[in-house]
Amino acid sequence: MFGLNRNDTLLLIVVALLTMLAPFLLNPFPEGSSLAQFNGGYPDLMQRFVIFGIFAIGFNILFGLTGYLSFGHAAFLGVGSYAAIWMMKLLTMNVIPAIILSVIVAGLFSLLVGYICLRRSGIYFSILTLAFAQMSYALAYSVLTPITGGETGLQPKLNDPRILDAAVGSGVTPRANLFGIEMGTSWQMDWNGWVFTFNAGYYLAAIIMLIAFYLSIRIFRSPFGLMLRAVKTNQNRLNYTGVNTKPYTLAAFVISGMYAGLAGGLLVAMDTQVGPERMFWTASGEVVLMTILGGVGTLIGPVLGAGLIKYMENILSKINESLLEAWFAFMPDAVSDVMVTLLSLFVGKGWHLTLGLLFMIVVIFLPGGLVGGLIGGGRRMFRSNDRKATRKTKSNQTPPTSQTAE
Amino acid sequence: MDAILLQILNGLDKGSAYALIALGLTLIFGTLGVVNFAHGALFMIGAFCAVVLSRLLSFSHTIIDETRTDFLGNPLKVEVPYLHEWLGEGLGQTVIEWSVPLAILFSIPIMFAVGYAMERGLIRHFYKRPHADQILVTFGLAIVLQEIVKYFFGANPIQTPAPPAFAGSFDFGALVGLDPNTIIYPYWRLIYFSFAVLIIGAVFAFLRFTTFGMVVRAGMADRETVGLLGIDIDKRFTLMFALAACVAGLAGVMYAPINAPNYHMGMDFLVLSFVVVVVGGMGSLAGAVLAGFLLGILESIASLSWVIDYLPGINQIVIYLVAIIILLTRPRGLMGRKGVMED
Repeated sequence: MFGLNRNDTLLLIVVALLTMLAPFLLNPFPEGSSLAQFNGGYPDLMQRFVIFGIFAIGFNILFGLTGYLSFGHAAFLGVGSYAAIWMMKLLTMNVIPAIILSVIVAGLFSLLVGYICLRRSGIYFSILTLAFAQMSYALAYSVLTPITGGETGLQPKLNDPRILDAAVGSGVTPRANLFGIEMGTSWQMDWNGWVFTFNAGYYLAAIIMLIAFYLSIRIFRSPFGLMLRAVKTNQNRLNYTGVNTKPYTLAAFVISGMYAGLAGGLLVAMDTQVGPERMFWTASGEVVLMTILGGVGTLIGPVLGAGLIKYMENILSKINESLLEAWFAFMPDAVSDVMVTLLSLFVGKGWHLTLGLLFMIVVIFLPGGLVGGLIGGGRRMFRSNDRKATRKTKSNQTPPTSQTAE
Repeated sequence: MDAILLQILNGLDKGSAYALIALGLTLIFGTLGVVNFAHGALFMIGAFCAVVLSRLLSFSHTIIDETRTDFLGNPLKVEVPYLHEWLGEGLGQTVIEWSVPLAILFSIPIMFAVGYAMERGLIRHFYKRPHADQILVTFGLAIVLQEIVKYFFGANPIQTPAPPAFAGSFDFGALVGLDPNTIIYPYWRLIYFSFAVLIIGAVFAFLRFTTFGMVVRAGMADRETVGLLGIDIDKRFTLMFALAACVAGLAGVMYAPINAPNYHMGMDFLVLSFVVVVVGGMGSLAGAVLAGFLLGILESIASLSWVIDYLPGINQIVIYLVAIIILLTRPRGLMGRKGVMED
């Protein structure tokens, strides 16, 4: 289907089902129960899941396929955000022009940065991209304040021109919309104590993420994707065979920059505000960590990594001590006190500790990230079964070649 | 002229910190081939060694002073540090005030142990793994160390003053024959710079003039051959990791009076230190030191007011701009070796 092989079609369908049913799946606990804290199915968080999923998918096209580790991708996200907010200020609060412009501007900016940075490889490339991103951040903070709003950032104001919206009438608080459907619109379903929220903004972002995901599968399976993998494996050999790799790597860089711009535009479409901290190096580092955590070079890994980090950031950090005390109230006082003191290290303000430990545990025990580690483990198990089987039948067939389907 | 000289001097202390951290990073990278994102955390732990020692030394207990009374007429309760009782008031107070210099001695064994444990316990298993895995695991470790420190010491910066003898400033301008009162420079920054030069010199001398250092340099050039000669190179590299941890820790200890230690000071330095290492050239110790001082001083000069008038915003981006220019004109940084970390 759609030019995909059977496995990829299956993967795409599974991902589509998961994202469409996310309001149910992320809200497994009834409202008001003690575990409702772990419900991730509220619009703001779900939007973040898919938007940072897009960011990580795009980053993976560069890092996963070519092996070029960019430490400055947040710059493209930030530039996309600024482009989108200006479109909203000047033209219309409809999100479509904003998102389109953010992709174009981020693409042009990444073309410029990529053209310069791709003259070097390895860690030198990483530091060059980092330097460009940090410069964008510093300039957005200081000199470019007329364009970027400096420290306060930008948001749509009542008296912005908004040429296309003028007919609609002024004096109304501007809200991001898609042909009249406001992004903040939610529809709630009440069912036996469970509350499921369906948010217009989430579904727009989710559909865009599915398209982005589909495109990334196509890129992974295309001759172009194969070329990028060849760059990762041995760029020198590729050069010696007379292939100029620069257009390929540059194309990958620009594509991933456009993905980042798309994510930035969507972020603005959801919360209609932007500030320079979106371009800080920690934001660039976050997407690197998301991708590595989920599994570099796997299709679905980066999305999972992004989801996991965003979930922990939003859910774990909200758990405080009084909540913990309520959970362990049924235990004897001495035990519950110990449990609360122990667990409060890992949640609330200390959620970073859990994050750090998670990074270490995943890298130590699951090389290749969540997806890579699980697939590798599964494959190892199957292979040992196969070997046993061949030994039993004493046939000297060649061992089954494992598909590189991820 | 004096303004430029003053900014060069001001850049020296930050440059010293960059140089010391970058030296350790390069040492680890050159010997073990590991990208250590936890190196900033080691710097931070060093600074907190100074905090811990100054707290330990001023450990006190309450005694009731019968000779004085408070405003209600009750006998006054005073906090008396144990050191005042053991060593006498004068000497005890001096020891407490000199806690930061004393922390140098205090931190060396701690940092050595931390570095040794880190290498044996974690880094060792990551020699053969891709750099991405090394980055993730050391970054995770850095976060964990940071959070542990935050748990014990809180999120606020902790003032750790230098000894009163070095607290003030002096007139550097008058000293070198310029107009007096043009270049006023704090003593402690000069001490920090001298200390950094001393440490850097010691590390280079150690590598150049001792048998141990010779073996390590040989191992950096060709690890396998050194191993074939029957030398346990892994053991020596572990010690080099501990040494690099010590260098970062000492840089942190002495930096505590300049910038009150807080739990995220390591992260603030980490990214710039990586820029410094790469600008200096991967695997080149001299390059790291040179780039550290160069970027520190450039950052300081770029914040001169007439420079900012001429090129607005330059003080924020000068380090990155210079890094880009150097990397584009010199592919392997200032003094990089061929073939290191280019794939």
